[in-house]
Amino acid sequence: MTDINVKDLYGRMLRIRRAEQEIAKRYSEEQMRCPVHLSIGQEGAAVGVAMSLEPKDLMVSTHRAHAHYLAKGGRLTGLICELYGKADGCARGQGGSMHLVDWNVNFAASTSIVGGTIPVGVGLAFGSFLKKEKQVTAVCIGDAAIEEGVFHEAANFASLHKLPVLFVSENNLYSCYTHLNDRQPQRPLTDIAHGHGMRHLTLDGNDCRSIVGEVRPLVESIRRGEGPAFLELQTYRQLEHCGPNNDDHLGYRGADEISSWIDQDPLNIVQRQLEVSNEWTPEFVAEIEAKVTREVQEAFEFATKAPFPTREELGAYIYASH
Amino acid sequence: MRVIKFVEAIREATDQLLAADKSVYMIGEGVPDPKSIFGTTANLKEKYPDQVFDMPIAENGLTGVAIGSALNGMKPIMVHQRMDFTLYAMDQIVNNAAKWYSMFGGQKSVPLVVRMIIGRGWGQGNQHSQNLEMLYSHIPGLKVVSPSSAYAAKGLLADAVNDPNPVIFIEHRWLHNTTSDVPEELYTVPIGKARTALKGNDITIVCWSYANLEVMKACEFLTNQGLSPEVIDMQTLRPMDLPAVKESVRKTGRLLVVDDAWKFGSLAGEIIASIAEDDSIQLKSNPRRLTYPDFPSPSTHALAKYYYNGPHEIVKMVGEVMKKELKLDEVMHYQAARTHDVPDQNFKGPF
Repeated sequence: MTDINVKDLYGRMLRIRRAEQEIAKRYSEEQMRCPVHLSIGQEGAAVGVAMSLEPKDLMVSTHRAHAHYLAKGGRLTGLICELYGKADGCARGQGGSMHLVDWNVNFAASTSIVGGTIPVGVGLAFGSFLKKEKQVTAVCIGDAAIEEGVFHEAANFASLHKLPVLFVSENNLYSCYTHLNDRQPQRPLTDIAHGHGMRHLTLDGNDCRSIVGEVRPLVESIRRGEGPAFLELQTYRQLEHCGPNNDDHLGYRGADEISSWIDQDPLNIVQRQLEVSNEWTPEFVAEIEAKVTREVQEAFEFATKAPFPTREELGAYIYASH
Repeated sequence: MRVIKFVEAIREATDQLLAADKSVYMIGEGVPDPKSIFGTTANLKEKYPDQVFDMPIAENGLTGVAIGSALNGMKPIMVHQRMDFTLYAMDQIVNNAAKWYSMFGGQKSVPLVVRMIIGRGWGQGNQHSQNLEMLYSHIPGLKVVSPSSAYAAKGLLADAVNDPNPVIFIEHRWLHNTTSDVPEELYTVPIGKARTALKGNDITIVCWSYANLEVMKACEFLTNQGLSPEVIDMQTLRPMDLPAVKESVRKTGRLLVVDDAWKFGSLAGEIIASIAEDDSIQLKSNPRRLTYPDFPSPSTHALAKYYYNGPHEIVKMVGEVMKKELKLDEVMHYQAARTHDVPDQNFKGPF
């Protein structure tokens, strides 16, 4: 793990955290008029996976996609403009929070139907396979998407053809308010991957450095044609399923559970690692905070002033022309 | 010109498309198997081993895979031996393929062709004979074609594969063994254009797919009685060439739509509504729809016999629109004498 730049990982996670916090802070202004599923608490998984890929590798994601999009290198102004419904949004305001895209960094798509991008991601990999390109696709999902039939259909096909796919299941224990134990039998999620003949790995989804250390070699083996793999990253969503607030008052998650996961916040873990290596200096902290805060503020300033799409764009994207 | 069967036209078009463009590939349950999707994919696996694939029994997942590959530069042709099974794939077709271009602001479209075959006869019954054309035609972002001849099948398949959008390609099983003139070279029949199958002045009969054959047969019994029907073969169901229908109806003033699908919420209804809404068109009589009855087709041939419309029903309905007493004996005898649960006398089951 000596070649892993932990300070860089921290900076990438902090960028997502501060962006999400600013979204949460400004959401009540009611100018970001679309549902938001914030990634606070899950930045370690997103950055860990993205930093295990090469820039040419592809990624797809879900309704909770901000972290994946930003971790893969997606434009922050593209995200914030999209939330504000502006023409400079990454999907020109047609998509909103749940439909992010940035082909410049090979973030192929996030969509809002649970499981919907799983076969699309496998298909991207099938395209790479047919073109004989050494390109891996990361399919980022949660713990509930593996309950969808389409996951099994896509996993079966990926395994059958040894396609270059990394399935990443961020297990945050809840689908909306329903605990994993109320949705799935008590067995490791990775048993399912095993059933589909796939290699699998379970990791602390909040330990970004460990993820990069373990997943980089896995990605390279996938790239070599050794077949798809399934990654379970155990993590925790700190805020409500959808929206800017915490919903601890609803009582579906115990106070002890919440506090223990917040103690294991991905930023805290990396901070401790940097403290051990004496890299956590006041200068570093001040510099990275200032840099990230500036980028976030500039993105919001840009987005709030940016123009909306014109009326002509309504219904302009029914068919592509030759 | 050379005469070949509908299935041979599909096979030849696919062969030529696979040869012309290495990004084209074919996938479907049974594509390389000995039955080769009724012959439409015969020997393609041997000829193009890296472009032709069988697939797991997973319609939705594999449609998603086809979509993803299309986003990554490929041009998949997917095939389903019965349209009824595509209901599994509605999520990927409707939520992803149809939406991609729109929901990401016009950045990437999905060049995907999905062939779907409508069954009929030999006891196909409730779940093997549905015509779900309207479900797909309802969805913005999809193109839907439904050829009526070998010539149109080859040309429309070529145009569909070259189209940057998802195209639903509907084949009626009873067209598969029909023949027509088909050029050997690859050509296109443009998506979105109807065809005047017969020129006339008295009534416009709109149809497509297999119904076009029945309408053309019915027209023989109409012209015998001095009538001059005009037949518009739609070929594409969405985007629909309504201007062609309107132009014809402006001339004839009468309209019958023959749609081999259920009446409620049908394309036939859609066509008639768009005529009714047009102030520039004055009809001489009320328009009519001739469709399946609004329930699923039974398996037993004893009942299926009364389910489908033929030249007899068409001639009868033309008489109603024309408000004319037409002779029905001849067409009734013709229809009674032919087989009713297989496409032709030479056919021996099973499908």
